Amino acid sequence: MVCWPLKKDNVVLILHALSGDAHAAGYHTTKDTKPGWWDTMIGPGKAFDTNKYFIICSNFLGGCKGSTGPSSIDPATGKPFGMNFPMITIKDMVTAQKKLLEHLEIDSILCLAGGSMGGMQALQWMIDYPGMVKSAIPMATTARLSPQAIAFNEVGRKAIIGDKNWNNGDYYTSTPPNLGLSVARMIGHITYLSDEGMHLKFGRRLQNKEEYGYELSSEFAVESYLHYQGDKFTERFDANTYIYLSRAMDYFDLAGVYGSLTEAFRNVQSKALVISFTSDWLFPPYQSKEIVKAMMNNDKDVSYIEIFSSYGHDAFLLETEHLTLIVESFLSTVTKEFCDASDKK
Amino acid sequence: MLRTKSNAPYHADYELILSLIEPRSKVLDLGCGNGELLYRLIHERQVNGRGVDINEKNIIQCITKGLSVFQGNIDEGLAEYQDKSYDYVILNQTLQATHKPEFVIKEMLRVGKKAIVSFPNFAHWQLRAQLFFSGRMPKTSHLPFEWYDTVNIRFLTIRDFRVFCKQKDIHILQEIDMGYFGQNLIARINPNLFAVEGLFIITER
Repeated sequence: MVCWPLKKDNVVLILHALSGDAHAAGYHTTKDTKPGWWDTMIGPGKAFDTNKYFIICSNFLGGCKGSTGPSSIDPATGKPFGMNFPMITIKDMVTAQKKLLEHLEIDSILCLAGGSMGGMQALQWMIDYPGMVKSAIPMATTARLSPQAIAFNEVGRKAIIGDKNWNNGDYYTSTPPNLGLSVARMIGHITYLSDEGMHLKFGRRLQNKEEYGYELSSEFAVESYLHYQGDKFTERFDANTYIYLSRAMDYFDLAGVYGSLTEAFRNVQSKALVISFTSDWLFPPYQSKEIVKAMMNNDKDVSYIEIFSSYGHDAFLLETEHLTLIVESFLSTVTKEFCDASDKK
Repeated sequence: MLRTKSNAPYHADYELILSLIEPRSKVLDLGCGNGELLYRLIHERQVNGRGVDINEKNIIQCITKGLSVFQGNIDEGLAEYQDKSYDYVILNQTLQATHKPEFVIKEMLRVGKKAIVSFPNFAHWQLRAQLFFSGRMPKTSHLPFEWYDTVNIRFLTIRDFRVFCKQKDIHILQEIDMGYFGQNLIARINPNLFAVEGLFIITER
């Protein structure tokens, strides 16, 4: 069942995570070596089917890929904001996205979907604009950051701030704190994987070697992977942005803001599908269940799926087969409920 | 969860449960499978219905039907559900597959004002006769599984369940004993021998 696009009732808003961006699917230029971050899920005939849905993904506020963030030019000084950039929250990101949709003259979202920090935005969206959001799929996410997650974020920030090139965030005309940023990213990547996942992906294998060298230079495959990910990240990401975004996550606490999680979801009107992954230890399944419980306490239409996966937190990017089936089913139901119902009116 | 009747086109027990549920009440179906009963309860009895199932494929089928369902193991309890937040909590043909039947029933009575529990009667005369004469674990059209390949791990009888309720101070509001083709006289006269399945509506005392 396809809604006629001009009715603007088939909008699916994709919310990206910490290091993601608006480039969610496909190749934008011939120079792109990789497709968008959720290319497995978004496109013609895929779970988020671009033949059926009007799919939007924008850079969130505070990022370094097109929206305004610490690396943007401060109009008052003509220089990058750096540490003068105001502290932002997940709620601010949602407010900014709402303005974008207003600009696009869209007043109804068929479905919101996002993993990790994208899931946090989805929850905030449901709470802030209940009448506008018909349904939502928060994945691998949490309604409040756990002390463990804050701890990892802090170590990441400390690595950046401790880099001699950081210079209080004023490094845009000099060498950036790449070492700090790459360490932050390495820590991040450890939290995105799982013990079992690492066993499967790397084991104790050596990189380009057969025997242990008993030396300090990295030789295990897992080390090589982390170094590669860390280095690659510095080519595309801004260190100050990492500080601000990780801080925005730390302060995300819906229960704290609204008194309780149940209270937070009191006025939500969206149908929701909460998805967690068994081996995700960054935002473990129990945190998703807290969201579901709070919504059920309010008698909301909420479903919960816990996908068995060894991919850890990254599973929301990798469990394509499971997610495709689940997302397709859910989207077809909400399309029937919301688009076809409005057709009959 | 239980495969006993999942392929059968007609469910006598579904009809029975449909007839027992007050219209427009709030219902939680534990081990809801592909959601067929829940779907019918919502559309035929206008209930506000939710389901719980352990199996991802079942959950996806439920979502396709537009149902709100929770993937979870009922043996772990119903921690996500508030006290007395449902009018009925249903456990249809699943009790015999639970690891902690007592805990599951206690949780049902905590969350629901009433609980509906149905299970195969393992004291049915056919099962008794098979075990007695062949000396092997019985198989019937209702219970077609081999001993090594069955989800059924709790072999209870109708009489067992009555005793259980008495011991645990659970009040039986109604007992319905079913033969192969629904309720019949002979199953009513001696349920423990002639009923294929028992269905109980219970509450906390």
